[in-house]
Amino acid sequence: MDFLQIALVLVVLFVLAIPMGKYLARSFSLETTRLDRVFGGVEKAIYKLSGIRVADMTWKQYAMAVLVSNISMVAIAYLLLRLQGMLPGNPSGIAAMEPLLSFNTAVSFLTNTNLQHYSGESGLSYLSQMLVIIYLMFTTPATGIAVVMAFMRGLTGQRSIGNYYVDLVRAHTRVLIPLAIVVTLLLVTQGVPQTMEPTATATTISGTEQQIARGPVASLVSIKHLGTNGGGFFGVNSSHPFENPTPLTNVIEILSMFLIPAALPFAFGFMAKSRKQGWVIFGAMFAMFLAFLVTAYANEVNGNPALERAGLSQVMGSMEGKEVRFGIAQSALFTAVTTAATTGTVNNMHDTLTPLGGLVPLGEMMLNCVFGGDGVGTINILMYAILAVFLAGLMVGRTPEFLGRKIEGKEMKLIAIAILVHPLIILAPTAIALATEMGSSAVSNPGFHGISQVLYEYTSSAANNGSGFEGLGDNTPFWNISTGLVMLFGRYVSIITMLAVAGSLLAKTPVPETMGTLRTDNSVFTVILIATVVIVGALTFLPVLALGPIAEWLTIR
Amino acid sequence: MSRTRTVALPKDLYQRAFVESFKKLDPRVMMKNPVMFVVEIGFFITLLLTFAPNLFGGASDPFFNGVVSFILFVTILFANFAEALAEGRGKAQAESLKKTKQDTQAKKVGKDGRIQVVSSTELRKGDLVIVEAGELIPSDGEIVEGVASVDESAITGESAPVIKEAGGDFSSVTGGTRVVSDRIRVRVTTDPGESFLDRMISLVEGAKRQKTPNEIALNTLLVSLTLIFLIVCTTLQPIANYVNAAIPVATLIALLVCLIPTTIGGLLSAIGIAGMDRVTQFNVIAMSGKAVEASGDINTIILDKTGTITHGNRMAAEFVTVGNSKSMELNRVAAQSSVHDETPEGRSVVELAKKQGLASAELKLPGSEGVEFRAETRMSGTNLASGVLIRKGAVDAIKKYVVEQGGNIPADLDEKANRIATAGGTPLAVAEGNTILGLIYLKDTVKPGMRERFEELRRMGIRTVMCTGDNPLTAATIAREAGVDDFVAEAKPEDKIALIRKEQAAGKLVAMTGDGTNDAPALAQADVGLAMNTGTVAAKEAANMVDLDSDPTKIIEVVAIGKQLLMTRGALTTFSIANDVAKYFAIIPAMFMLAIPQMSALNIMGLATPQSAILSALIFNAIIIPILIPLAMKGVKYTPMSATKLLSRNLVIYGLGGILVPFVGIKLIDLILVGLNLV
Repeated sequence: MDFLQIALVLVVLFVLAIPMGKYLARSFSLETTRLDRVFGGVEKAIYKLSGIRVADMTWKQYAMAVLVSNISMVAIAYLLLRLQGMLPGNPSGIAAMEPLLSFNTAVSFLTNTNLQHYSGESGLSYLSQMLVIIYLMFTTPATGIAVVMAFMRGLTGQRSIGNYYVDLVRAHTRVLIPLAIVVTLLLVTQGVPQTMEPTATATTISGTEQQIARGPVASLVSIKHLGTNGGGFFGVNSSHPFENPTPLTNVIEILSMFLIPAALPFAFGFMAKSRKQGWVIFGAMFAMFLAFLVTAYANEVNGNPALERAGLSQVMGSMEGKEVRFGIAQSALFTAVTTAATTGTVNNMHDTLTPLGGLVPLGEMMLNCVFGGDGVGTINILMYAILAVFLAGLMVGRTPEFLGRKIEGKEMKLIAIAILVHPLIILAPTAIALATEMGSSAVSNPGFHGISQVLYEYTSSAANNGSGFEGLGDNTPFWNISTGLVMLFGRYVSIITMLAVAGSLLAKTPVPETMGTLRTDNSVFTVILIATVVIVGALTFLPVLALGPIAEWLTIR
Repeated sequence: MSRTRTVALPKDLYQRAFVESFKKLDPRVMMKNPVMFVVEIGFFITLLLTFAPNLFGGASDPFFNGVVSFILFVTILFANFAEALAEGRGKAQAESLKKTKQDTQAKKVGKDGRIQVVSSTELRKGDLVIVEAGELIPSDGEIVEGVASVDESAITGESAPVIKEAGGDFSSVTGGTRVVSDRIRVRVTTDPGESFLDRMISLVEGAKRQKTPNEIALNTLLVSLTLIFLIVCTTLQPIANYVNAAIPVATLIALLVCLIPTTIGGLLSAIGIAGMDRVTQFNVIAMSGKAVEASGDINTIILDKTGTITHGNRMAAEFVTVGNSKSMELNRVAAQSSVHDETPEGRSVVELAKKQGLASAELKLPGSEGVEFRAETRMSGTNLASGVLIRKGAVDAIKKYVVEQGGNIPADLDEKANRIATAGGTPLAVAEGNTILGLIYLKDTVKPGMRERFEELRRMGIRTVMCTGDNPLTAATIAREAGVDDFVAEAKPEDKIALIRKEQAAGKLVAMTGDGTNDAPALAQADVGLAMNTGTVAAKEAANMVDLDSDPTKIIEVVAIGKQLLMTRGALTTFSIANDVAKYFAIIPAMFMLAIPQMSALNIMGLATPQSAILSALIFNAIIIPILIPLAMKGVKYTPMSATKLLSRNLVIYGLGGILVPFVGIKLIDLILVGLNLV
């Protein structure tokens, strides 16, 4: 039964992802398409209103536009958070957010991370929820989609890298807003609230008074998943019955966060005019995802041996921290999906996953390319593909080339920066946090699990996931600043370096394909790609994983 | 054709490499190889810890530190040895070349025409010298007067002297070669220290060896992997401290050295040097490693038809009668027309006639006199003593000649001549007096084995284009016969360069061979230009490789060597990185087993003790370098096949092998260490 549920969701994903990939490729085409007739009017009005010139950009102009627009976004968000107490749309009378937490929150939502060191129901006004959170929840995945499109244009040798502002607008008009409307309505039918009314007060059967938080939840939850954002309206995120009331909403949420990341490889295939190429990328991601999912499910369903020894039945599996309405299968699937797509929304508490079950979200975020967040995940796997071509390509006796473009010193330098930064911004702060009092005092479970907690926090920040091994007392200056910086580096270093790679590849004369060319659209390459991700991406983290989740698993067996 | 040049005695070579590998320990030298430099730093730290075990606080085992330090030292030596060995082969070759570069006396012709004896080092560009039989040519130059046979064995290894003469494509001479006969006047074309020999010496010596683009890119990756593992290992200490699983510094260094790509880092430069060396052994001098690397990427090879694909001299293949002539008659007349013709063409006519049953008596023509081929008449022949004139020549020319003599043109002549031309041959008409007896079918023959080689190239994904001055019909026939992919007929030198540009514009890399001065621009334009040593100075200057044997088909081998070089680099990189999997499984449990006994569950190889596990991994990491030196030198075996097959094969050997071999190796070393009671 569990198997059937999971398989069904994945089949629906397939059915949706392929046409979605085609739609994405067409939506962002540099050529005129039929879609222009549908959306062109609105878009032209937006361009006119905001003074956007639609000319092609160089990679440098593109990267600059990304930075300038993102800096403006974070400034707006920061100001709104600081001033929310004085602004309207605050029926529950919530005070201004303090500076460091505001920095962390603004950065967190800007980087599509949605790490929350605050609790939504008590920390944010409705206006902040809408103008900071929901606003950034649209613009940041739109930024990610724009950048991946620019990157894929470079790799597939399109006319140019495109225009950032056009891509940003199209990501809203053609993808996120239409999808968000559909998903919001679906959620509302399942009972997710969408209201401007203040917190309700109810009298319980036992006669005590209960404060029931509510608000414009459905609209936030829809984009939270579609945009692989993950920041919940409520502190407990998608395990809250108002965010995720039924198994059906659980499936809707899973599908909506997986849809765009899973569709992008296919979009890449369409753009490269080689559907097989799309399947190879998707196949590699999907194979890794399945391995993680199986690990998570198997460990959770087997229960927690420590609790079993304490006399607690584990027949149902390890249900600690999980919602009964979802059960093991829907929880394991949700966990595997939310960290694969680096959404960070949770429907169960990852802190209470079994050690190896907890290794799954950690591992997926460390790889950061098992589908990954909107746009950036595909960028990462394509970066690994270039790396795989470079490593294995030499073995066919030619200097490496990917999709007809030579991979040379310049690209390798840029990729080297990207693959270097990821472990650096995870391991260095983890070591500092564990070695110092300011860091380690936040840990609620010392020992191996403490390592997992700290490691999870930084991995989640670096991968721009945003889920937490809650249980970490992380609203302190040390954590707000360090995770804030990690999130910024985690997002922008790879975006900028990969745009540079795209620009550099686009400038090259394409090499024609011959019998002697390494094929990147067959199963052999899928294997090489997975091996590269595992050996370069994962082995890096093995020592620290051995001290965290693996040691914990070994000691409670 | 291709002989390998003799190198110094292997024993001597190893000894020198051994000494060199110690000299290379100098940190200033090591710094150029960041991967091995990290190992050297590790060596120094562990060495310090051997004598001061408590240096970084906490007690550590000085014996263990000493052993780690020693293994690291050996690892560096192995890597240095690989590089020194590769360099040594080049040096040995350079030395044998240097011997020929003795200071010679030159007879310089002064402005006033007087001859003055000076040292060869005093010669400057533009000077005139006279070289006589038995003397060494003092410097590179061009013959301005005279013909001589020159022994070029010092450079080519070919002992048969070659004829050099003023003017034309055989006028260039190389300093250090010896004039065997006659006397020549030579204009010096290089200043001292810049001669071909000088450049060759510095090239094979590797003195000016620069990293190739792909080497730089790969190095970037290796450095970044090294940095990643440096981050992993330095951050591991505080994280482990948090759970009171402190790791001894020596162990941490052992982990670091095992994880960083020392195998490929240690062998990378050796692979590059050995690749160039393989080209040199093939008697081809590559001007840069970049050229060798580029030859692996070649998409299109442009080959001259004459001399490369075909023997170049057309041979008589058939006699075709016209009108009412008898074939025996034609046989005789054709042979008689060529009796005095000493060209290969002429000789082949006589041979064919004999083969077809002509009595030798018919060829004894006392009192006859040969008529040489002249461009105006386009005919040659024999004037018999009897006064009968026998002529052979271009069909048009003979037709005109016969009409002038009052003869008739046989009705089927044109048709038969066309048939020969269509079939790719050249028809020569034969006339006796004013009667045309028939046609000689001259055919250019494709060298044996060319078809198979082109087939091989096609499997490598390389397109071959034949360039020829022939008409399109002839060109098409030869192209079909030889199995080239494409041809350019009636090609002028400009056509060649246009073709190269066209291919390059489509992103292809082009290789070509050439020897004439008019080939020079194309040789320079091509990504790989292989000039013949017999060619002109201009051609050799423009090319990035020179074939000392002057065998144009060698370009095919050069491509294979380039591919082999890249494959070797890729295979060893893959192997090196894949090794990490097993090393992790050896070291990680060992590192934490004391603090966390349950870690022994990860000790899937069942290594005896934590110390033996770490040492085994480290020893494996060291000895794999010398084990792989022969592979780095010889290169990965390359058989032409499609990229997909090639990849699958190499992936199984070096990828899967790279994962599995260390599991076996580390376990074996562990068993030996236990057996010897060392741990």
